Amino acid sequence: MAKSKEALFNPVFGENPIAAQVLGICSALAVTTQMIPSTVMCLALIAVTALSNVSVSAVRNFIPPNIRIIVQLTIIASLVIIADQVIKAYAFDVSKQLSVYVGLIITNCIVMGRAEAFAMQEKPWKSFLDGIGNGIGYSLFLIIVSFFRELLGSGKIYGFEVLKLESEGGWYVPNGLMVLAPSAFFIIGLMIWALRTWKPEQVEEN
Amino acid sequence: MPKNFTTGYNIFFAALICVFWSILVSASAVSLKDRQEANKQFDRQRNILFATGLVKADEDISREGMIKKYEEKIRPYVIALKTGEVQKDIQPASFDQRFASSDASLSTKAPDNAAKVARLPNNALVYHVVDGEKVESVVVPVKGMGLWSTMYGYLALDADTTTILGVAFYEHGETPGLGGEISNPKWTAKWVKRKIFNEQFEPVFAVKKGGAGSVAEDPHNVDAITGATLTSNGVTNTIQFWLGESGYGPYLKRFREGGR
Repeated sequence: MAKSKEALFNPVFGENPIAAQVLGICSALAVTTQMIPSTVMCLALIAVTALSNVSVSAVRNFIPPNIRIIVQLTIIASLVIIADQVIKAYAFDVSKQLSVYVGLIITNCIVMGRAEAFAMQEKPWKSFLDGIGNGIGYSLFLIIVSFFRELLGSGKIYGFEVLKLESEGGWYVPNGLMVLAPSAFFIIGLMIWALRTWKPEQVEEN
Repeated sequence: MPKNFTTGYNIFFAALICVFWSILVSASAVSLKDRQEANKQFDRQRNILFATGLVKADEDISREGMIKKYEEKIRPYVIALKTGEVQKDIQPASFDQRFASSDASLSTKAPDNAAKVARLPNNALVYHVVDGEKVESVVVPVKGMGLWSTMYGYLALDADTTTILGVAFYEHGETPGLGGEISNPKWTAKWVKRKIFNEQFEPVFAVKKGGAGSVAEDPHNVDAITGATLTSNGVTNTIQFWLGESGYGPYLKRFREGGR
């Protein structure tokens, strides 16, 4: 049981895919201007990572080693298409905002990285937890980044007005940098700094 | 557990994986298709209503309420773009303008234009806003390049075909917070009552950097969006192209002259 717990929680802080492994940065820049699309993106990624880990793990002993990558890719791509279809059917407005980025989960290194590095060796249940854990680790970063970007860039949290904008008769002048992709780099950089100050063992040796 | 993986086994396994997952993908696509189509259709209907001002963006109205209002007030027609004639034998409900714009047999190459519209459909959609039998105003779809993406919108014009009732951009990939503000109702509200055409009925409406004057003194301009000059220019080009001679010009001329 301790091991399952480790599979679930280690990726959140210990080996966070974004902070420690610096994976999945592209979507972390693209979808984090607002919190609602970020949240949907996170749910989609958690679902895809967990299910692809389970699926790969379930057939891991039958996958011929020389075609294993393409088999993993087929599984992941299928799951991503299904996730995209579900979002288009049940969260249409968000799917318009996310546009191609749901489809780009296929290229998100976290998903394939976990399938190859973890699910190919471990049993389905543990792989499932590892997928959830990595998904949550990614989500934690996305939610925090999008919180700051939406608050400072548009004065809102989850679409609700928090800081009244000057253009609408309030006092807050939005920070234009926050709605552009580079701001996510700065926020992620600061978060990695904070995390490594808290857990110095993550600092790489020179 | 197979110990040695032969080529035959590899092919068998790959085929098995493909068949299994393609069944799952097809099943999800087929079972969710109706819902997705309904969402798309509703999104277009909703934005037509926003453009006409019949429904305000912040109005508290249910999905059913909107559909009911759309069916009561909006009448779609398919017209021939070149002549402006209504094509009575084409059902608007089954006419897909985006498909028609890209299909070689249903469209022609567009003249060079700043809105970067590549092809013009032979037939196009227009929407009449009606009160019972009386046609009150007209809505035309527009599309054109912004900074990053093609922007799709609806423009609603009063019966004189020049006074703007409203505009709604419903699909674009412009920068959120900057160019993306084209879909902000606070910005599109500034368009209302401004004029598309000059006295010779040339489309001169433009998005003006530095801010436009009041409706009375500067009727052909509207404020540009701060920090989004290229998106704003794209909006100007889009409107001028689609309301010009290659766009809905001929239709709007007929409309003005009573040939509705």
